[in-house]
Amino acid sequence: MGALQSIVAMVDPYVLQILVNIGIAIVLALGLNVITGITGQLSLGHAAFMSIGAFTSALITIKLGLPFGLNLLLSGIIAAAIGAAIGYPILRLTGDYLAICTLGFAEIVKVVFLNLDITNRALGLTVPPPKSPIPMPFYVWGVAILSIVFVCFMKESRFGRALKAIRDDEIAAEAMGINITRYKIQSFAIGSFLAGVGGGLYAHFLNYINPSDFGFLKSVDILSMMVLGGLGSIAGTVFGASVLAAAPEFLRFMAQYRMLVYGGLLVFMMVFRPNGLLGGVNFTDLVLRAIGRKPATAEINERHNKG
Amino acid sequence: MSLLKLDNVTIRFGGLVAVDSVNLTVEKGEILSLIGPNGAGKSTMFNLITGIYTPTEGTISFNGKQISGNKTHTIAAAGIGRTFQNIRLFAEQSVLDNVLIGAHTRGTWDLTGSLMKLAPWVRKEEGELTEWAIECLKQVDLAHRAYEMAVNLPYGEQRRLEIARALALKPDLILLDEPAAGMNPQEKQVLLEMVKKIRATGVTVFLVEHDMKFVMGLSDRIAVLDYGVKIAEGKPEDIRTNPQVIEAYLGKGAVH
Amino acid sequence: MLLQQLINGIALGSTYALIALGYTMVYGIITLINFAHGEIFMAGAFVGLFLVTVLKFNVFLAMAGAMIFCMIMGVVIELIAYRPLRKSSRLSALISAIGVSIFLSTLALMVFGADAKGFPDTAFPVQQVKILGAEISTLQLLIIGVSALLMLALEFIVQKTKIGKAMRATSEDYNTAALMGINVNRIISFTFALGSSLAAAGGVLVGLLFNAVSFNMGLMAGLKAFSAAVLGGIGSIPGAMLGGLLLGVAEVMGVAAGYSSYRDAIAFAILVLVLLVKPTGLLGQKIQKKV
Ligand SMILES: Nc1ncnc2c1ncn2[C@@H]1O[C@H](COP(=O)(O)OP(=O)(O)O)[C@@H](O)[C@H]1O
Ligand SMILES: [Mg+2]
Repeated sequence: MGALQSIVAMVDPYVLQILVNIGIAIVLALGLNVITGITGQLSLGHAAFMSIGAFTSALITIKLGLPFGLNLLLSGIIAAAIGAAIGYPILRLTGDYLAICTLGFAEIVKVVFLNLDITNRALGLTVPPPKSPIPMPFYVWGVAILSIVFVCFMKESRFGRALKAIRDDEIAAEAMGINITRYKIQSFAIGSFLAGVGGGLYAHFLNYINPSDFGFLKSVDILSMMVLGGLGSIAGTVFGASVLAAAPEFLRFMAQYRMLVYGGLLVFMMVFRPNGLLGGVNFTDLVLRAIGRKPATAEINERHNKG
Repeated sequence: MSLLKLDNVTIRFGGLVAVDSVNLTVEKGEILSLIGPNGAGKSTMFNLITGIYTPTEGTISFNGKQISGNKTHTIAAAGIGRTFQNIRLFAEQSVLDNVLIGAHTRGTWDLTGSLMKLAPWVRKEEGELTEWAIECLKQVDLAHRAYEMAVNLPYGEQRRLEIARALALKPDLILLDEPAAGMNPQEKQVLLEMVKKIRATGVTVFLVEHDMKFVMGLSDRIAVLDYGVKIAEGKPEDIRTNPQVIEAYLGKGAVH
Repeated sequence: MLLQQLINGIALGSTYALIALGYTMVYGIITLINFAHGEIFMAGAFVGLFLVTVLKFNVFLAMAGAMIFCMIMGVVIELIAYRPLRKSSRLSALISAIGVSIFLSTLALMVFGADAKGFPDTAFPVQQVKILGAEISTLQLLIIGVSALLMLALEFIVQKTKIGKAMRATSEDYNTAALMGINVNRIISFTFALGSSLAAAGGVLVGLLFNAVSFNMGLMAGLKAFSAAVLGGIGSIPGAMLGGLLLGVAEVMGVAAGYSSYRDAIAFAILVLVLLVKPTGLLGQKIQKKV
């Protein structure tokens, strides 16, 4: 572990901070991508689940002092359980209601945290360092990579196919024997889980959290990352999260007019580039080419023409 | 025992009675066609059977068990596959993925399967599902298109892909809503042979179609719907000469 | 005391109803939750404030000005952000709507600053009148009166005029209406204009009521008004009126009962409850989607 510490000490703290921000953004945006990009249900309360994870995680460290890994897992599970509970009445209905209900839910979560003694009301919580021998940056990126791998696996499995079917045509999906309510709730819970874990990382990285940090605008932040990269695309999400998490550091106007840019961006992307800024670019192929191998699609065609 | 039994089934949309006290059975192993002018209530009947609509009155049972009132997905899982008149493929997904989604109920690994995607037992099931999906594609002669995007297929092939997707469910009964619509005569002939082969594998076929040549050449029995009412039922040759049927079609000038 | 709260609730509720009407009409026609509607309401409040303070208009003229401004604004928003997405998925249109909402509220923040602005005292001289032991302000009477008048006007347009009838036909069955030769684009623009003008009037009234106009007033008001629309039955015009009034009364009663810090949560709790128990709302009809 000492080696990891010394690596961290070598990197410029400013760069490190940006890298950690990107890593956390990836976890959060991937969670939203499961709900919205892969399953087609719009959640506007992602920041609320993030805050549930953040406060849970902070309190676990403060009151129980559990190891950080277990702590994150519990925070994610609690966010997921609340997600499933709130998703149940809403997800039985058409998807539109989810957007507005999650928006309302997020406001309530904020009000509740602002009024609870245990979360220190409007003063917010100071979060002690996590109980873990691994330095935060490694933790964040470890979780980010695990999340990427998991969502990639999920997308290309029977479970993920059911989610994509629901996104594309709920009626056809049901006629194929897919229990759409159940899958929607599960998808919402998984997305909320990742939001909760991301919140836990965020809390321990910043050392301080306040309910007001997790408002509607935070949800829009995450939404914009996903939309920039392309709904449903994992590589796109990583791209979008990286760009938007780093942009305010490099572009002054982005720091000043961020929300104005995001608002315009959402409209522009939907009208002109609904598949993301790099939509249509096949990332897997690019990677394969870069390491000097044939693109997957070519391989499939060849295999077929032989057989 | 009949495979499917509609018992006095009625559905109203506001003032409109789209299906009116229909009694109908589908027998195991047969090809039954439902014909009738546009707006007669044929698609509505399929939507009733698959639980997309719930009957206002009457009951529907399948394999002796009541299915009306059940959710669409449980009815599908019980063994009823279907296609849609206005094609409802998962347009932006590959042909193979469309059929794999159709095979949903044949698989077992869920979320845990995603977590253990690389485990041999999960990969084994994926392999079996894929083989089965290719098998279904072969039945409609689309295996060579497996890796193309569904939306890029020509219209006739999209209709066949819908059939493959429904077959992937391994249904006892398959409902085909205007499977030959938009096809040219050659394509229709090919489709006709495909449907016969599908029946030969033990799948009961219940279809809606306007093309009389297609219907007459394929069906064991025909039922006729007009304004939601079943006005005739019988062997193709009887239906062809039934005066009520002729009036339902010719009387409104809607010859197909 | 009860009467007092009831009237407070009705005054507040009429403003919710005014906003809810826009949501419900647009949803009825293109099944889109117009997230920017709350920001149109906010814009209406600012325009009204500008006309009163800078151009010294009286309240009624200012309200008319705000209504015209927002009418145009609503039509333009639909043209730019929603019409190109008419054939896309519902999700795309919804995301675009959120984009518009964020854009407008941020723009307002940059132009007008973060602090809430108030109407000058002279804008509408408030007096208290005593009716049956309840203290009622002339402002509340103004709000209730103007809202009632506007809703009557809307009812007339929708029920009696040709374009109103076309609107109802489009709302009932979009495709059939288009087939029958109704210019659906025109109807949609008209619906946005109508809904936006009502929201603008609501904005001015709310600005007067709380004596506060701010860039972020659209979010919560929009959320509550949408809840009102769902409570009344989304797509139903009388439903939106009823839902708005009920919600206003519920909120005022909730605050009176001592739950003031959860004031904003009441609307949402009602929304979830309605969706759980009766998703079609009080006056909405169950519509079986055609397959
Ligand atoms: N969900 C619905 N709501 C209202 N009317 C419907 C609905 N579904 C079907 N109908 C009406 O029922 C009648 C029968 O339609 P359908 O079953 O599609 O006829 P077809 O025999 O051509 O397949 C038509 O008049 C149609 O407009
Ligand atoms: Mg039909």
